[in-house]
Amino acid sequence: MSDWLGPQEWGAVALSLQVAFWAMMGAVVPGIFVAYALARWDFFGKQFVNVLVHLPLVLPPVATGYLLLVTFGTQGVIGGALKEIGVVFAFRWTGAALAAAVMAFPLLVRSIRLSLEAINPKLEQAAATLGASPVRVFFTVTLPLMLPGLLAGMVLAFAKAMGEFGATITFVSNIPGQTRTLPSAIYAFLQVPGGETAAMRLVVVSIVVAAGALILSEVLARRIAAKVGQA
Amino acid sequence: MSVEVQISQGFQGFDLDVSFQAPAGLTVLFGSSGSGKTTVINAVAGLSKPEQSRIVINDEVLSDSAVGHWLPPHQRSLGYVFQEGRLFPHMNVRKNLIYGNALAKGRAAVVTLDQVVEILGIGNLLERRPAELSGGEKQRVAIGRALLARPKLILADEPLAALDEPRKAEILPYFERLRDEFSLPVLYVTHSIAEVARLATTVVALKDGRVDRVGPAAEVLSDPSFTPMGPRAVGAVLEAKVVKHHEDGLTELSANGVALMLPQLSHAVGDQVRVRVAAHDVILSREAPKGLSALNIVAGKVHSVRAGGGPGAIVAVDTKAGRILARITRRSATALGLSEGVICYAVIKSVSVAPQDIGAR
Repeated sequence: MSDWLGPQEWGAVALSLQVAFWAMMGAVVPGIFVAYALARWDFFGKQFVNVLVHLPLVLPPVATGYLLLVTFGTQGVIGGALKEIGVVFAFRWTGAALAAAVMAFPLLVRSIRLSLEAINPKLEQAAATLGASPVRVFFTVTLPLMLPGLLAGMVLAFAKAMGEFGATITFVSNIPGQTRTLPSAIYAFLQVPGGETAAMRLVVVSIVVAAGALILSEVLARRIAAKVGQA
Repeated sequence: MSVEVQISQGFQGFDLDVSFQAPAGLTVLFGSSGSGKTTVINAVAGLSKPEQSRIVINDEVLSDSAVGHWLPPHQRSLGYVFQEGRLFPHMNVRKNLIYGNALAKGRAAVVTLDQVVEILGIGNLLERRPAELSGGEKQRVAIGRALLARPKLILADEPLAALDEPRKAEILPYFERLRDEFSLPVLYVTHSIAEVARLATTVVALKDGRVDRVGPAAEVLSDPSFTPMGPRAVGAVLEAKVVKHHEDGLTELSANGVALMLPQLSHAVGDQVRVRVAAHDVILSREAPKGLSALNIVAGKVHSVRAGGGPGAIVAVDTKAGRILARITRRSATALGLSEGVICYAVIKSVSVAPQDIGAR
């Protein structure tokens, strides 16, 4: 595949895989926490959190990117503080991962929340009467039962992160080898004369990755559902 | 060994004030839906928190609202058998069984896994998942799971209600063994008078969030004024021993020396059984009846006559076999001159004792 793709194109694909992987991994634990809170707890400001989480889904991605730049840029409120301890997002691949994670977050949370709400809380009560502490109940009953939704959500988040463009290019620009992800590379190739074939190759890669992710999530969800006994 | 329960609450539109002591054995919380029995058992389990509560098992205080003490469910050392089994769908039967066992290392084991598997006959199910089990099999596994959690108290909330009649008959004996073979107190919720008759050592009858009756099962059930399900459901419970299986298909029982004939039972000679005699299956006679097709005629003395607002009356007759209840019309009671202390004969149709009303003990 590295023969078929040029070094620049290959770099974009590799970077995108890296960005999407870390976006997914970074989003998963907060995603579970937020989904659990929204599904199970009643707290002040729940509706606000719900809207905030879903905002990237409906906001123009460029707006999300700009907000990220304002908060996580080196001059930003959080970005400035993080810079002090050596963590920089702006114009780095880590920033691309952050943007992708934020954009994929609503999809992940929705998927986890749906599977959480399908779990009968009476099973968790049964585990408690058998001596399981709340933490143990979560890891031995709740988590295994929501695994199909969790994995489907993770694959969906990965695919979304692979394709993220607007927020990424606004937040971390389009620097070859640093922040030029697959969609950014396609965009860049289309801006220069004679770049159509390279763009087309990257589009093919995009289709393969996206379709692969969808098939994988289906297969995983079905296998786990059968194993969990909730087909 | 005893369980002390005291619960009251006046909120959520449901007023509850229940207090009772359960001695060793199986205590049935009996009542219709809305009487508060599930609220009580869930408060004992720690799954719901009433306004006021004091719950003590064998000197261990699980909750005492007076001092703000409330143990969460996982610290209560219980085994809870739910109506719907509530087996974990993602674990096989073996993992379900040992789930609580592994968490209760510090306490003395009630049974081993091998014993549970043998008692409940679930050896061939161990590798299966709950989705592959029948309703009766699920409940057997649920009983085993509760026992293996090394409990100090077993709770059961209508564990047979979701099963059909044959499955009920399949599971009932396991609760009898639970009552008789383990020195564990059991708190058992039901609205079925047949289950009360068969299983209860002690009955706590609830009505509208209050304790209506409490006492030994035979005493409460043979109280003519205790008609929780209407006068038609009244019936006394007799303790008897299997004496002989006759060739003509009848089984002879002896209730404290009084012979009773029943259609063939599967119990072995010498087994102790409980027989429930429904009040509407008993006829009373002032003189020893002659030329009657009924086989079971027991002499006794009228203990009390209780007439309600309708045409019926319930007569309690003390016999050598135990107290028997008869449901007759008020007119007959007057015509026969039945009143306290009068000698009479109770005629029980032997075919009237339904098999599901008979239990080994």
